Amino acid sequence: MDLIQNFPFITILLCLAGGVLSSVLSAKKARRFCFFLLGVVGVLSAFTFYDALMRKEPYVYYMGHFPAPWGNEIRIGILESFMAVFFCVIMLLSLAGGLYKIIEEVEETKQNLYWTMISLLMSSMLALIYTNDLFTAYVFVEINTIAAAGLIMIRNNGHSIVAATKYMIMSLVGSGMLLLSISLLYDLTGHLLMSNMKTEIATIAKTGEYQVPLTVIIALICVGIAIKSALFPFHTWLPEAYGYSTAASSAILSSLVSKSYIFLLLKVFYRVIGMEVITAHGTNYILFCFAIAGMMMGSFNAIKEHDMRRMVAYSSIAQIGYIYMGIGFGSQAGMIAAVFHILSHAASKALLFITTAGLSSVSGDSKEFRDLKGAGIRNKMAGIGFCVGAFSMVGIPMFAGFISKVYFAEAAFTASPIQMGIGMAALAISTILNAVYFMRAVILLYTPSNKRERDAKFQNQISFHSSVSLFISLNFILGFGSYYIIRMIEQGLSRFA
Amino acid sequence: MSKKNEKYESTLWYRLKYWVNGEEEDGIVEKETDKYEAHLKRVSVEDRVYRAFSEIPNDGEEERAHYEELRKELLELSKRYETWPEKRGVKIFNRIYQVAAVILCVFIIGILLVTVSYLPEFGNKDNPSNNEVSERYIEKGLEETGATNIVTGMILDYRAFDTLGESHVLFIGACAVLILLRVDQVKKENTTKEEIEEANTEEIYEKDEDTILKKVAFFLVPTIMLFGIYVILNGHLSPGGGFSGGAIIGAGLILYLNAFGYKKIQRFFTYKTFSRISIVSLLCYACTKGYSFYTGANHLESIVPLGTPGAILSGGFILLLNICVGMVVACTMYAFYTLFRKGGM
Repeated sequence: MDLIQNFPFITILLCLAGGVLSSVLSAKKARRFCFFLLGVVGVLSAFTFYDALMRKEPYVYYMGHFPAPWGNEIRIGILESFMAVFFCVIMLLSLAGGLYKIIEEVEETKQNLYWTMISLLMSSMLALIYTNDLFTAYVFVEINTIAAAGLIMIRNNGHSIVAATKYMIMSLVGSGMLLLSISLLYDLTGHLLMSNMKTEIATIAKTGEYQVPLTVIIALICVGIAIKSALFPFHTWLPEAYGYSTAASSAILSSLVSKSYIFLLLKVFYRVIGMEVITAHGTNYILFCFAIAGMMMGSFNAIKEHDMRRMVAYSSIAQIGYIYMGIGFGSQAGMIAAVFHILSHAASKALLFITTAGLSSVSGDSKEFRDLKGAGIRNKMAGIGFCVGAFSMVGIPMFAGFISKVYFAEAAFTASPIQMGIGMAALAISTILNAVYFMRAVILLYTPSNKRERDAKFQNQISFHSSVSLFISLNFILGFGSYYIIRMIEQGLSRFA
Repeated sequence: MSKKNEKYESTLWYRLKYWVNGEEEDGIVEKETDKYEAHLKRVSVEDRVYRAFSEIPNDGEEERAHYEELRKELLELSKRYETWPEKRGVKIFNRIYQVAAVILCVFIIGILLVTVSYLPEFGNKDNPSNNEVSERYIEKGLEETGATNIVTGMILDYRAFDTLGESHVLFIGACAVLILLRVDQVKKENTTKEEIEEANTEEIYEKDEDTILKKVAFFLVPTIMLFGIYVILNGHLSPGGGFSGGAIIGAGLILYLNAFGYKKIQRFFTYKTFSRISIVSLLCYACTKGYSFYTGANHLESIVPLGTPGAILSGGFILLLNICVGMVVACTMYAFYTLFRKGGM
């Protein structure tokens, strides 16, 4: 076995150990250590991705001395390793962009715990990406949930504690459903390893035995993950969690945490239950309905909002709806569009959260629209970044969001006629709604106002400027280089099952 | 020249402009309900002030009269401006919400119960869960892991990755509680004063000597500790292991704290001890398991022999891992208790 094949496991272990270690370091040392660690993990993941691209076929890695059904294992393919690299990049950029806010808003004696949470969150996301065992996935879902709640409440004001409580309660309901469904699945199949479960379920589906439990299991898994990733009717925790936590936390939560759950759902669909069984149960149609409702309601709520951060948060609900719509088409093309939208949404939404924080810090730390008038002129970099993010979310050509909309539209043609009609109409309406509230924000940001507040401290934020410019270039890379990325996703998905 | 629109303020364009600027509510017309809201805010502030004053015994008649007047005014205003949703709607909605929540819960419970009746019968030998996985665990577990207790062999050797994650769940739980509840000295001046007072009152409170508790704890704590250590060390030989033994030791620590107070326990167990022990154990766990994952995946021979099954030094890394897990669990249990009690260790 090559040395490179050890890298995924090393990255998971490094993040776990690094998180533990940074809880005893001082705030400054912990921060440097965490950035160093994420950098190392990113480089190692990039090597893994290169290796997986060369190999083409995915491989499994034993976690211990025992082969698969007895021991744990992780599985590394093109899509998994690409996601690992991408998550690492977004994580680093969000942290760099929100760094000054973290230092400002988190008590200094508790800052090291922030970096502990970040490291453990990263390790849990890597484990969720790579794992080939459903119970391991559950264990790391727990770490993910607690770390995310910690990231929300560390700001320690009334709003963020309420938000963290809401998040915790909703998310634990989701975890509970996931755990129930895993134990039911274990009872039916006798395995926890994904590939063995799939063969067992295929025979169950063929014989027609245990149909009722199987339906309940699929429902529990879908609802559990839908709660955790804020699909429409289960989204109530989202606006507060994203609106009142510190900027880097909301960027990470919206662009990575919810996406890692969606990735887990894809894994369950492809590797545990099998797409044939899913479509036979009509699960994708139900997800499709919720997704369409989410696309509409998220945008309507965003239009009504007076608070810029909360508006961006509500727009996340609409965008999560897009991803589920892609899954709901039930075809390979829909899945490709959904996976691409995971990438483009992560790149633009993190940028939006980071720049919103930058804009409000030149407007007297207010997030209200009326105070943000002309903020794009006062803080040029944040203004440009916000525009790029907004254009991408609306779907203007050359930006990442446009590509995903094109692929969603293409994917709609692979579905049944009714689904195609609804999907296309929803895409059109939701694009207009997106344009309404994002263009309003952009117009407002560039309306000159009499305010002459200039935060002197803010001018020298090198980390903020570099993070925003890197995010902008990432958006353009996704927009212009979409051909290669889509082909890579296609290759990865075809070997995903 | 175009004609000037008299009702310019109610045109669509004007409203749009205000919406874009985020000023839609206070821009167009000052509604009467806004007056009500402003009044409500003022009254609630004054109410708070009044209450703060009313605790002082000799407060003036004047203020009370003023307060009563405010209340009356507010009542009148609310009668005039509260619309139906505020008067009745919220109440009705809350009632419907409660009923719907109960119905939903009952519905889900019903579905899950129905599902259980469709599952394979419990204890049947043809059940899908009786397959090659459990067969190998039972038949070859002793030989492959060196642990007489098969459960320990499973969680610390076959599926050690899960347990690695699980022990970090405990650690991150403790960290999250630290974030929420730890009171730091450098916070704000007024809070620190209060906290110091609180801590002082607690110390005064603790002086109250409970002889029965002290005497019982004097005999019980060493026994509990020894039993916990026994359960941890024998984890691979008899029922028990790191999680259960750690919980026992943690309970012992909590009992000691309750009987003898913070001063005594701080001679050997402070926040520093907590963080050092849990960090060393978790790093130790990660290193040993990292080594065994690495050797396992690369098909290398592990340097640690399995030993003779049944001896205390057997089972490869299992003994060490059990000790690590036990330490983490004990520290976490104790940390939760002290954090919830006074926000520090």
